[in-house]
This record gives sequence, structure tokens and C-alpha cells, in this order.
Amino acid sequence: MTRPALTDVRPEILTRSPRGGRPPVTPSARGRRARGLVTVTLFLLPALVLFGLLVLAPIAVAMYTSVFKWNGLGGLPSDFIGLDNFTRAFGDEVFVGDLRRGLVLIVLSILIQLPLSLAIAMLLNQKMRGRAFYRLLFFAPYVLSEVITGVLFTMILSPDTGLANQILGAVGLDSLRSSWLAEPSTVMMSLFLVMTWKYFGFHMILYLAGRQGIPRELGEAAAIDGAGSWDQFRYVTLPLLGPTIRISVFLSVIGAIQLFDLVWVLTSGGPIHSSETMAVTMFQFGFKRTQIGYASAISVVMFGISLVFALAYQRFVLRRDTEGAITSMRGKR
Amino acid sequence: MTAATTGRRTSRARPVARGRLSWLRTMSLHTVVIVLGAFVIVPLLFGLIGGFKDTAQLSTNPFGLPSPWVPGNYTEVLTSGPYWRQLFNSTFIALATALIVVGVSAMAAFVFARFAFRGRETLFTLFTIGLMFPFAVAILPLFILLRTIGLLDNPFGVILPQAAFGLPVTIIVLRAFFRTIPRELEEAATIDGCTSLGFFWRILLPMARPALATVSVLAIVASWNNFFLPLVIFNDPNWSTIPLGVQQFYGQYSSDTARILAYVVLSMVPALAFYAVAERQLIGGLTAGATKG
Repeated sequence: MTRPALTDVRPEILTRSPRGGRPPVTPSARGRRARGLVTVTLFLLPALVLFGLLVLAPIAVAMYTSVFKWNGLGGLPSDFIGLDNFTRAFGDEVFVGDLRRGLVLIVLSILIQLPLSLAIAMLLNQKMRGRAFYRLLFFAPYVLSEVITGVLFTMILSPDTGLANQILGAVGLDSLRSSWLAEPSTVMMSLFLVMTWKYFGFHMILYLAGRQGIPRELGEAAAIDGAGSWDQFRYVTLPLLGPTIRISVFLSVIGAIQLFDLVWVLTSGGPIHSSETMAVTMFQFGFKRTQIGYASAISVVMFGISLVFALAYQRFVLRRDTEGAITSMRGKR
Repeated sequence: MTAATTGRRTSRARPVARGRLSWLRTMSLHTVVIVLGAFVIVPLLFGLIGGFKDTAQLSTNPFGLPSPWVPGNYTEVLTSGPYWRQLFNSTFIALATALIVVGVSAMAAFVFARFAFRGRETLFTLFTIGLMFPFAVAILPLFILLRTIGLLDNPFGVILPQAAFGLPVTIIVLRAFFRTIPRELEEAATIDGCTSLGFFWRILLPMARPALATVSVLAIVASWNNFFLPLVIFNDPNWSTIPLGVQQFYGQYSSDTARILAYVVLSMVPALAFYAVAERQLIGGLTAGATKG
């Protein structure tokens, strides 16, 4: 044995808790462990630096600048105003509207988009001709950038030459013609339609993958016990898809909280703020009106909402899933 | 076994009803899927065909094929500098991002998967929490930070933050994969005189090629479609990526619908081509986290 490996040391470390009593360490083992520590540090350092500087530090910077009135120019902010930016945000109609619109999009996603994706996944899970093609097709929009999607749908939903109005006109539904994105009453619906076009395939793929993880025998056993296909779905498939559904809901919510690209391209938040989201408001104040302090406060609120949501979701909804995952991992090690 | 045969026999007992029902079911199944397929494909076809029309044709003849076909919209884009420039920028930024995030994550994941040290789980949790940070939250402070360092209008002002935000998912996927490689292999390598660095470089990485491909594809797609960060970092149109270019082109020719459609379609081509090639890695990567919990 020319080079003592860390593998010799590790089982011993793992079987006792780090704070537990130390077994006598031979000098060579100490040397090994020191060398292991050097490797660990060197290998972790790039990731830690990158993550610390560009993910964690920005959050801290936002928290710091959010308590100042600052136009972002000339050195560090100096005009400390406490929590005024936050009280301003929660007193502002536009920002409160952002929260309400975000909630609407989340509810619509959970009630319409995800069930649709689930239904399609169940359909495509059956034997049918062209199944692979449909799967490929439905997922394709997810690969396109939000900007491309946005510009394409701006053309489709444009009042005069847009395809949507042309189709309605051609089938004699002229009364339903609308200027979709330029009309406060239809803009959110249009936005949700585009979001569905773009994202339902992604959720479908998640559900398909989850469905394939469920053993066929379970459905067959239920069928023998007399369960129809709806009952099989309701009492076998759906409960077993639980973890996948919970992840898919989670991703939907996080996506809605930070929604920017699609809205910016489709409407820039208009008309008269009726499709604005938190991220759009933040962008407007931070980059167009140079009220960096206020925009930072909005960033911090977004961060707070996602963090509280993520922790609560982890604690109350995902817990059984991850518990299983963690215990099985422990068992394996 | 007997139960299964009984089950099959009962269902065969009423063949007529079943046959008609399954025919009905197949039909309705196909109808639903075809309607949805149309919902997905019509906008894409509208773009593709619309690009071959001129704007007058788009309003007089919205549904038919173009007559005459106007290839000028496409050829003009293809012979213009900005499109190729943006293609190059997007490719360069995506590849650099993938290279950095996968390299850095592989090293970290190696340590997380195969070494025991104090604080390992805490550190790993720190990275997984990063998975929940919306990118939009960090964009303003990132801008301030990068402006201070002087990375505005510099591709690394986009590449490095993208790599940093890609770390959580890459580390999670790679760590899971590295854990599946049997310990005996490492022991054998060690006996043969391999250092842990050598094991990482010469054995682990080559074995992890499928996982590395998956996370690279994820990083490339995320970078390719990123709009928010390039939007605030690049002021110089020479650095425009494809999403930025599409948006600028739209702003420039907003009344010339057909020309914009041609630009949009040509901008889709690289992404769709990449999807066709890397579909398995992309879908495998996206579903890995969601199904395994």
C-alpha cells in the first residue's frame, strides 16, 4: 500500500458522531486525515467562492441597500431610512396588485395547468400510436426561450393581423375578438394562456416520469379487485404520484414568484400595470427609475416570500418525501 | 397467476361491449391529443409560414400558404451580421457556463459524495437551499456588484453568475451519481497507487460521462434561454445573446410582422436542433430531481 486511502478512515468516522469520543489516532491516520482535509478544502473552494460571491452575497447586498434611499450612484448609500421602503411597497397599489396577480397565476396554474398536464401524461402513458411524437411535441415549447415565445405570441395576439382574432373572425365569432394583451380585462388570461403553452409540457414530462416509477402490478392488482380505470387512477396512481405532484406545484409557485421574461416581452406589465409582477416592478424601479433602495426592498420581499414558502412547503408538504429519501440514503451509506 | 388469468377471463367475457368501448376510448383519446397538439403546433407553424409571407399577405391571407412565397425575410436575416454574432455569443456563453459549472460542481460533488468531514451535510444543505433562490431576487444586487467589479458589458458578467446559480442542481445530480460508484473500485485504484485526485480525474469523471452530459445539457439550455441577466449586463449590442437580439429586433421592426416572424423562427432553430439531439439528457436531468424527491 503505497498511498493510504481515505477509504480506510471514513467508515470509522461515519460510524461515530463527529462529537463523540475520539478513538486513539495513530500518527499515520492523523496525517491521512490532514491530507484528506486539504483535498476537501481545495475541491470545495471554487464552488464555495462562486456560490458565496454570486448567490449569497447579492442577497446580503439587497438586504443592506433596502434600508436606504439610494439612486445607486456615487459610492455607498448613505441616506438611511429604516423600513420606509417596505412600508412604501405594502402601501403601494401596484405592488399589492403584484402580489394579488401572482396569487391569481399560482391558483390558475394549480387548478388548470397542472391537472391538464397530469391528464395528458396519463393519456400518453397508454399505448397509442404516435405517443413518442406527441411527447416530443408537447415538451418542445419548454426548450424555447421565454423571449421567443413572448414575441411569437405578441404577433399571434395582436389586435389586427393576429392569428387569434383571424381565427375567431373566420369561424364567425367576431364578438369574441379582443385586443388581448392591450386590454386590462383580458391581459391576465392571455398571459396565462401563453404560460400554459410554454410550461404544460414540462409538467407533463415530470408526471410521465413519476408514472413510470409506479409498478404496473399495483394497477393490475387493483383491476383484479374490480377497480375501474378511474378508481385505479384515483386510489392507486394519484396517491403514488404524490411526490411528483408536490414538486411540480413547488416549481410552479417559485416560477410564478419570479415571473419576468414572458411578462416583460408580452406587455412590460401593462396596460396600466394590469399584468405587472413583482419582478417587473423591481426592474422598473431598479433599472429604469434608479430607485435602487426601493427596488432592493422589493427584491428582499420576493426573497422573503420564496424562503418562507420553501421552508413551509419543506416542513409541511415535502417532509414525508424527503424523510424517505434521507433515511434510504442513510441506509445505503 | 391464477388471479391474473381469472381477471383476464372476466374481461373477455363481454367482448362486444368492450370492443366498442375501447374503440370509443381510442377515438376520444386521439381527439384530445390532436387538439392539444394543434394548440402547440399552430403558433409554431404560424411563425414558420408567416415568415414566408409579407405583412400584407398576413392580414389578407392569414391561414393559407404564402402566395407568392417571400423568402426575403429569412435570407435577409441569414445574410445579416447580428444574427450570426448573437448565435456566436449565445454559444460561447452557454459553453463557458457549462464548462465552469460542471467543472466546479464535479469537484464539490466528489468531496460531498466520497469524503467524510465535519460540516459536510450543513454545507451540502447550504447548496441545496440555493435551489430555491429565484434568480430575479439577486439580479439587482448582482448588477451593483458586477458594476463595482467592472464586469458590465463583459461576457463573464453573465457566465459567472449563471454558473453560480447552476451549482445547486449540478452538485445534487453529480453527488447522487458519484455515490453509486462502488467503493471497491476506489480501493482497487488506491492499491494500484492511485491518489484521490487521480481517482477523481482518471476513473470517476470518465465513468460519470452520462451524468456529466445531463448536467451540461441543463446548464446549456438554461444559459441559452436566459434573458434577465444579459438584459441588465449587456448594453453593447455586440454582446447581445439570441433572446436579447430577438427583443431588439422586435423593437426595431415592430410593424413588420413577417420579418419578425422570420427572425423568431430562425432563433428557434438552434434550440430545437439541440433539443432533438439532447432530448434524453435534458428530460433525464429535469425529471431526476422531481421523481427521486
